Amino acid sequence: MRTLTFAQATCEAMAETMKKDSTIFVMGEDLARQGGIFGQFKGLPEQFPGRILDTPISETFIIGGGVGAALAGARPVVDMHFADFIGVPMDEIFNQMAKARYMFGGQAKVPLVLRAPDGMTFQGAAQHSQCVEAWFPHIPGIKVVAPSNPYDAKMVLIAAIESDDPVLYFENKILYKEKGELPEVADQKAYKLGTARVEREGSDVTIVSYSIGMKNARGAADLLAKDGIKAEVVDLISLSPWDKETVLNSVKKTHRLCVVHEAVKQSGFGAEIAATVAEEAMEYLDAPILRFGAPFCPIPFSPSLEKMVRVYPEDLYKGIKGMF
Amino acid sequence: MAVTKAQKEQAAKFYETMSTIRHFEEGVKRDFLAGEIPGFLHVYIGEEAIATGVCGALRSDDMIESTHRGHGHCIAKGADVNRMMAEIFGKKTGLCQGRGGSMHIADFSIGMLGANGVVGGGYNLATGAALANKMVLKNDKVSVVFFGDGASNRGTFHEAMNVASAWKLPVIFVNEMNCWASTTPYRTTCNTENISDRAYGYHVPGVVVDGQDVFAVYEAAKTAVERARKGEGPTFIEAKTYRIEGHFVGDPELYRDREETQKIFHDTDPLKRFRAAADKMKLMTSAECDAIDEKCAEKIKAAKEFALASDYPDSSEFMKYVYVED
Repeated sequence: MRTLTFAQATCEAMAETMKKDSTIFVMGEDLARQGGIFGQFKGLPEQFPGRILDTPISETFIIGGGVGAALAGARPVVDMHFADFIGVPMDEIFNQMAKARYMFGGQAKVPLVLRAPDGMTFQGAAQHSQCVEAWFPHIPGIKVVAPSNPYDAKMVLIAAIESDDPVLYFENKILYKEKGELPEVADQKAYKLGTARVEREGSDVTIVSYSIGMKNARGAADLLAKDGIKAEVVDLISLSPWDKETVLNSVKKTHRLCVVHEAVKQSGFGAEIAATVAEEAMEYLDAPILRFGAPFCPIPFSPSLEKMVRVYPEDLYKGIKGMF
Repeated sequence: MAVTKAQKEQAAKFYETMSTIRHFEEGVKRDFLAGEIPGFLHVYIGEEAIATGVCGALRSDDMIESTHRGHGHCIAKGADVNRMMAEIFGKKTGLCQGRGGSMHIADFSIGMLGANGVVGGGYNLATGAALANKMVLKNDKVSVVFFGDGASNRGTFHEAMNVASAWKLPVIFVNEMNCWASTTPYRTTCNTENISDRAYGYHVPGVVVDGQDVFAVYEAAKTAVERARKGEGPTFIEAKTYRIEGHFVGDPELYRDREETQKIFHDTDPLKRFRAAADKMKLMTSAECDAIDEKCAEKIKAAKEFALASDYPDSSEFMKYVYVED
């Protein structure tokens, strides 16, 4: 076992896949000279000269050009700088990237990975702090992932790059520095897109999350454990497709469900999970489903305001206690 | 100078392509109005010389990005008209197996990377394909993006042109200046007569060409293709033409004078123009052109029969092709 940060783990994934496949290339802003603004591409430009391209500030080109490159036979990894900028090339994502394969009757494939650093950090305020992952599981034709730890960061990124389908890879900016244990390369186990993991087993309540939301899930599970409540923690990892079975099986066992994410609660991905459980496992529930997410408000700048749009483990703890 | 056999063959090929497009478009227009074809239909009548001249300068492994008015590009790049027609009729034997229809017609086997229902959606795709071919896959393929004057005002135009020039990518921007953005005359929304003037600002050659003259279009495209293949970067070709038909088939065209349009067509029809030029240059006789027209009419008739005889896609397979991996 080795200890790596989330950012280093993504670099390993890039290096391992790029060594094997010369058609993989990377483009985005501030990658070649800077190694990515969060250091998530550090070392790669030196290791793969000419394959990490610094683009102009042209998001529609970064994504649209990536899609065109994929249609021509390359495997692009494109970086969105901040996930907040993803609205700029939205047509390139939902009308071109997502639909090329289907509308051309299977003639095309778009083996592209879009990396999108998201979440609240550095007091980034309204346009540099958002979690927008829930916009995309609504779009058929693309896959969406949001790993929560360094091991998954690497294995999920490898799976995304090796996939022949377009994958949006949401990586949380706070998590970049998070450390975790990774097995030696030979001992790695491939990740299958669309699968969740029961990270901690429990019998009393199911807490489902992904990405940085998992910190809340784990924190709440720790607090509940002190009161003798055994929470089962499910890391969704993939949002589209998502592992309904793992969530439903857990709820059927624990009879209670709490979902949490950093993104705005209204129409967040938690709503999809809650609705699915209500549709397919209502009779197993002993309490109403609990959902946690940010209030319906842009992310404020001032620390005294920003803290109000965050979710804390204590919020989950209190809510879940009320289920019993 | 005597005309060579190769020149004659090329001329015949040009005329056959233009005549195929004309017959195809007249056929689908008629069938659409008769209620036989579903969806939206945008035809290329009067603009045939542009696709023909440009694609005539390309290899079959070069790539094109087309538009909602894309049948002409598809035919000129070499697509099978039977499978095109079947697609437009929504049949299983269609190029896209009935998933795309007229607005999303594509044939990847000949580098036709798709029509696009989003105006201005093709620039970045073609530029990205050029990037991949030059910088990643290291081959000498060239890509072309066709677009209208309406699309020239999308922001995507700027982003693609800038990168294409900065990285000297092998992509050719072909503007089909047909003077109409749907119902809006070009000059009411843009203060430049020649869109290609903008090319100067990107340090890209901007060429204005008579889009009704297939030979002129071909020469401009040939120069641009050679330049792109040599690694010298993009070219902007502005081909002057006119949208003879409505924006879509069935468009009542309340916004313009139909008589004026017909007069323009009468004066500038690229097939008529070709016949006159070919006769003058002793490339083809009128009788030879007539024979090609007849052959094309038959070809399109057969294409419709092929489409009608084909089955619709199996409804149970509607989810097929959403993903490569299910």
